[in-house]
Amino acid sequence: MLELRNVAKLVGGDYHIHPTSLSLERGTLNVLLGPTLSGKTSLMRLMAGLDRPTEGSVLFDGADVTGVPVQKRKIAMVYQQFINYPAFTVYENIASPMRIAGKDKATIDREVRKAAELLRLTPYLDRTVLNLSGGQQQRTALARALVKNASLVLMDEPLANLDYKLREELRAELPRIFAQSGAIFVYATTEPSEALLLGGNTATLREGRVTQFGPTIEVYRRPADLATAKTFADPPLNALDVVKAGGTFRHGGGGTLPVPPHLLSVADGPVTIAFHPHHLALIPQTPQASLLRARIQIAEITGSESFVHLDFAGARWVMLAPGIHDIDPDTEVDVFLDSRHLMAFGGDGLAIAAKLAA
Amino acid sequence: MEKTWNNKAWFLVLPVLLLVAFSAVIPLMTVVNYSVQDTFGNNEFFWAGTDWFSQILSSPRFWDALGRNLFFSLIILLIEIPLGIFIALNMPKHGIGVPVCLVLMALPLLIPWNVVGTIWQVFGRVDIGLLGHTLEALGIDYNYVRNPTDAWVTVILMDVWHWTSLVVLLCYAGLVSIPDAYYQAAKIDGASRWAVFRYIQLPKMKRVLLIAVLLRFMDSFMIYTEPFVVTGGGPGNSTTFLSIDLVKMAIGQFDLGPAAAMSIIYFLIILLMSWVFYTVMTSSDADA
Amino acid sequence: MARITLDHIRHAYGPNPVSDHDYALREVDHEWEDGGAYALLGPSGCGKTTLLNIISGLLHPSHGRILFDGKDVTDLSTEARNIAQVFQFPVIYDTMTVYDNLAFPLRNRGVPEPEIDRRVRDMLEIIDLSDWANRKAQRLTADQKQKISLGRGLVRNDVNAILFDEPLTVIDPHMKWVLRSQLKRLHKKFGFTMVYVTHDQTEALTFADKVVVMYEGEIVQIGTPAELFERPRHTFVGYFIGSPGMNVLPARLDGARAVVGNETLALDHAPVVAPGDKIEIGIRPEFIHLGREGMPVRINRVEDIGRHRIVRAEFEGQPIAIVSPENEDIPAEARITFDPGAVNIYANSWRVGAKV
Repeated sequence: MLELRNVAKLVGGDYHIHPTSLSLERGTLNVLLGPTLSGKTSLMRLMAGLDRPTEGSVLFDGADVTGVPVQKRKIAMVYQQFINYPAFTVYENIASPMRIAGKDKATIDREVRKAAELLRLTPYLDRTVLNLSGGQQQRTALARALVKNASLVLMDEPLANLDYKLREELRAELPRIFAQSGAIFVYATTEPSEALLLGGNTATLREGRVTQFGPTIEVYRRPADLATAKTFADPPLNALDVVKAGGTFRHGGGGTLPVPPHLLSVADGPVTIAFHPHHLALIPQTPQASLLRARIQIAEITGSESFVHLDFAGARWVMLAPGIHDIDPDTEVDVFLDSRHLMAFGGDGLAIAAKLAA
Repeated sequence: MEKTWNNKAWFLVLPVLLLVAFSAVIPLMTVVNYSVQDTFGNNEFFWAGTDWFSQILSSPRFWDALGRNLFFSLIILLIEIPLGIFIALNMPKHGIGVPVCLVLMALPLLIPWNVVGTIWQVFGRVDIGLLGHTLEALGIDYNYVRNPTDAWVTVILMDVWHWTSLVVLLCYAGLVSIPDAYYQAAKIDGASRWAVFRYIQLPKMKRVLLIAVLLRFMDSFMIYTEPFVVTGGGPGNSTTFLSIDLVKMAIGQFDLGPAAAMSIIYFLIILLMSWVFYTVMTSSDADA
Repeated sequence: MARITLDHIRHAYGPNPVSDHDYALREVDHEWEDGGAYALLGPSGCGKTTLLNIISGLLHPSHGRILFDGKDVTDLSTEARNIAQVFQFPVIYDTMTVYDNLAFPLRNRGVPEPEIDRRVRDMLEIIDLSDWANRKAQRLTADQKQKISLGRGLVRNDVNAILFDEPLTVIDPHMKWVLRSQLKRLHKKFGFTMVYVTHDQTEALTFADKVVVMYEGEIVQIGTPAELFERPRHTFVGYFIGSPGMNVLPARLDGARAVVGNETLALDHAPVVAPGDKIEIGIRPEFIHLGREGMPVRINRVEDIGRHRIVRAEFEGQPIAIVSPENEDIPAEARITFDPGAVNIYANSWRVGAKV
């Protein structure tokens, strides 16, 4: 188990990483999700021991490893760039960490073939890595990280330099590969959809702060605060500042919205309500759906769905509607909000009674 | 940036630290020691305080040499930097021409200073040198032994020939790191050749140019071997730079005290000038 | 803005191409409408960047001609073609202000200064950088820089076409949404001819009126996003468009019925195929319904990705992906039905069928 206890990183008097406590269990996949410069790489460097935290301590299986340099711990890293030994064959690349560790020939051969099989590299073992596609190069780097038998495997946006479709394929394979290893996996990404596809646990980061940590789908469905909800939304989260008075939310546009049952207990006063784009539709999803009138900004069509950008009471929203809706800009349309999924956040950004219909 | 603590790492750098101590720190301390004392040989020393420093700073001989140094460095920078950029811009970026040009450019850098001096000393001689003799034959009155201007021209030519390559190589490295997209975009924007240079190549070369200017300044300010071999500081004192004067004073006249004081002043000037260059060039970078 | 004609274009990087394999671009013969938004979509190495470079004039095709509004521009340089281009990484002039960056292409063309000022200020408004006009461009964020690159292209209102080479690669996911919809609005407003190269299907589909899907140096299909989704001409298009891609299952034809393993599907027509053809059926995960009725499947894994779930299952010994909506139950003894009309038939990987 890897444990961060109030770990913080100060650079020139500013917190690059605010005090953070996290426990990552063996055999789990942990996603660090956040935009560029949110602190994902800095946090990984602290976990790896590449940087020493200014405050707090790092424990591995109960032993204090704060400040123990990376080469003394069993850690593997995979980067966005495909880092391999260019002159080596795939086989030699995968074998390299075991050769350094002085393993015997038979063990090396067995482990290399096992890893190659797992990552579908068997046909390419005799090729030099420069003759491989990007996807195969990154698989080689992954295989090398796996055979190292590291207790902690850190991956910093490993699929970012790959084609969309390749990314999709590797992403689907990764959980299976991780499941077969007992290591702790940490995976940094900027894409919410990637976190969801990988599953496991997710820690959302914003401006050097871990805003929430938990099972991925839980964090997505029940964000603890507005920052987490915004980080974990693609298409972007729709939000609206309202004032709650009894059974209605009054918004800046002058109109009102009915308060759904699960939010009735929220105290009257200003709140921010938020929901995901797929909870907005052109046809009512349930009889309780709220009807709103919004102005179309632009409609984007993907073939099976439409992303409709809307203006509502001065807020910019996105609706993700099934089917093709090529609506002209600047027209007014009726949209329905599935208010069962409405989240509410207080002035401090913390979620209030964000209980969702399952 | 802070890195991990590893006490063993200090053992690895220990040899280098010792080497630096012996080769730089201890001689420097010796020089400081000499600069505040007087000696008449026999290992007898007398406390002289700052006398040597005030003597040096009030001597016209020092200021003349300093003036020559500054003027020389200025001319060197004015010639070598633009010339280096110009050559780098015109070097091929693809194909067989690249290694050929790079080797040609590196050649002068591989020749030791004193050999360069000797080459040019012979090259410029009126009786047997290719350059001197040719100029003489063309009816141009050229003699670096008699004419101070000719001596200067020779020393400058020699330095330009020797060191422009360094500027070229640095600039070339800066140029090839510019992604093709920049040139494509400039084409599409209809930019002229000059605009491409002014707005793409020059800004992208800025960092290497800073290094080039610093290196060439420090080096030209410390010039010694070439004029020593070719002109010996003459004719008269016309090519007596600080370094040559220093050696004359220390070895020739055995005035160790003033020579030590002068070396410290010399050292501080170089340090100061380098700092000024660095600050000026990096601060303009920060504003941008 | 111009109509772009690609007249039998082939391109090989090597000097003496012999077989089809030597061509990075096999044969492209199409006409793209004036004011259309086209996306070139495909995996790396499919020839999409080669085609873009041929249009921009950075490459001269080995064969064929390229015409803008019927005028042959094959031998014209990039400058002479009067196009704008936005690159993968923001290309900005570091030492200039944001304003000067936008004014640069106009000044180079001798546009009078009052006219430049008007157009630059308009463009600053459009790309939402008015407050940054006098800042040095170097200090901006990646998406602001990319907006400048975009603005530099759009500020010239007389360009024949605007080309985009994976322009959102370095942009954060949230900013991608903003930039993409802005671009789409600009296109609706000004009607530029746009060509957009990408490997990201969401970008291609949302941006373009017509998506050009490329595979191994060839255009396999040009169509609207809906056509590509519902009627992929080639199994590659089915696989490449959609997340997850289309399920492709080996099958046998029996008149107006398709047989997959032990299951028989009724078709609305009898496809005409040659004997010996490799027959497959294609069905999108979105058009499969999971319930208590229909054909039996064995569920292997359920991936909850928030707005829906992806069910990985086995159907007649073949892996199959099914999309199940957020609020629907997944029964233990699951069975599936296919949307009638959503099944496509493929012979040797190319679609056969009466309906288009």
